[in-house]
Amino acid sequence: MALYSEKVMDHFRNPRNVGVIEDADGVGEVGNAVCGDIMKIYLKIEDGIVSDAKFETFGCGSAIASSSMATELIKGKPLSKVLQLTNKAVAEALDGLPAHKLHCSVLAEEAIRAAVKDYYDRQRIAYDPKDFPDCGSCEGCHG
Amino acid sequence: MIYADNAATTKMSGAAANAMTACMQDTWGNPSSLYSLGQRAKEALEDARERIAACIGASPKEITFTSGGSEADNQAIRSAALLGARKGKRHIISTAFEHHAVLHTLKRLEGEGFEVELLPVGALGTVTAQQVSGAIREDTALVTIMYANNEIGSVLPVSEIGAVCRERGVIFHTDAVQAAGHLPIDVRAQNIDLLSLSAHKFHGPKGIGALYARQGVPLTNLIEGGAQERGKRAGTENVLAIAGMAAALEESCSHMAENAARVSALRDKLISGLSRIPRSALNGDPVNRLPGNVNFCFEGIEGESLLLLLDDRGICASSGSACTSGSLDPSHVLLSIGRPHEVAHGSLRLSLCEENTEADIDAILKAVPEIVTYLRNMSPLWKDKVSRKRAFVL
Repeated sequence: MALYSEKVMDHFRNPRNVGVIEDADGVGEVGNAVCGDIMKIYLKIEDGIVSDAKFETFGCGSAIASSSMATELIKGKPLSKVLQLTNKAVAEALDGLPAHKLHCSVLAEEAIRAAVKDYYDRQRIAYDPKDFPDCGSCEGCHG
Repeated sequence: MIYADNAATTKMSGAAANAMTACMQDTWGNPSSLYSLGQRAKEALEDARERIAACIGASPKEITFTSGGSEADNQAIRSAALLGARKGKRHIISTAFEHHAVLHTLKRLEGEGFEVELLPVGALGTVTAQQVSGAIREDTALVTIMYANNEIGSVLPVSEIGAVCRERGVIFHTDAVQAAGHLPIDVRAQNIDLLSLSAHKFHGPKGIGALYARQGVPLTNLIEGGAQERGKRAGTENVLAIAGMAAALEESCSHMAENAARVSALRDKLISGLSRIPRSALNGDPVNRLPGNVNFCFEGIEGESLLLLLDDRGICASSGSACTSGSLDPSHVLLSIGRPHEVAHGSLRLSLCEENTEADIDAILKAVPEIVTYLRNMSPLWKDKVSRKRAFVL
């Protein structure tokens, strides 16, 4: 059996939405260099809808594939839906990730939430801080 | 396909495969059986033992066959520890960058009351005989130091370390898994008491290895049972793998000088080409180095992505990144030479053999810089470094 699913390899080899949005409305970055993965998500938001999403990732194959899939899943979606995106949904959309790589899908979820939070902060939109837990809880880096 | 992961395993040589096929067809009896079919297998076994012993300057009765390098390391270290403990000696000297077969055995011994001292290996990844000499105490039971490092290719001053150990009366074990068949070994001249070998690192089959134990250094059993291997390793001997191992080692040793010259020329071309990649660094001793080993760190990228993209171009290599080690930490070897975690994640090991060609090197030298640039272009870490938001490490 291959290390990764065909879907993971497709998104790794041909990542969608790589790059920077210079005039992004929200930017989120999670992970750290010591752990070996950093994800940065850029969002363009129009009328409460993600009109564009891009990413930059330092990390392994599944980190790049997770970023690619996560940006695909949120494009065109209202923020209420975007905030419901779970790491599980990202992993499932990739036809699964190996157990020790699920951490990568968690990073994707957290990067997106961080970008939405950044958007709320910039727009001075009120939110419940409980909806945006610090990524320090993730056992991938902090376990 | 370009196979550049010979430190992981090697392709079996024709000589080894032929020896094994012949053994399967003709000498498949049990060497412990008294009829002639069994005795022919016994002859094949002893013939292989003699030839392997001759390749490292040992006598045949000093060779015990094992399931591979890991078992040989385990048995060597446990045997020396037991001998030491009988005399009240419970101090063991090793290095921070040994193979896990050694480090994990030592960890276990620590739990059993031994004191393990791991010598630092410095930025180049080596230790000196002086360091060893300075660490030896009255109660030192064993010095176990690898002949050459499997990841970064440093070749250690084993002869000098052997001389120090012999002079101080301390048992010296060396894990020579990466050296056998590639570098000259003479256990007598080098004062080696225990030495581990693994067949699949020199074009022999997997699942077979050997432990050399100098006469006078009794081994302790890891596996109890029948009286095979003079009672030191129970279980019917894997005669066909042993025959393959002997054929492979003989062939490697008989072409050692020419292979080393050819392979190290390819290695040096590869090192010089990869050094041109900005913010890269060679890992390991640049001079005292295995003929086939190339190991680099590239800042701002992660090793697994690099390996997957190399695989797409038919290039087989390995990395010390956490994602390829199956743990959260990158290679303990890269950390031991002082590479920070973030750079250790971006490592690439290419290990060559005599079958690699100039064309292989050219293809690797085209692929690696392109992939490194591609991955850096999508790496927020690299961009932060370029824009000076974060400091470069290399």
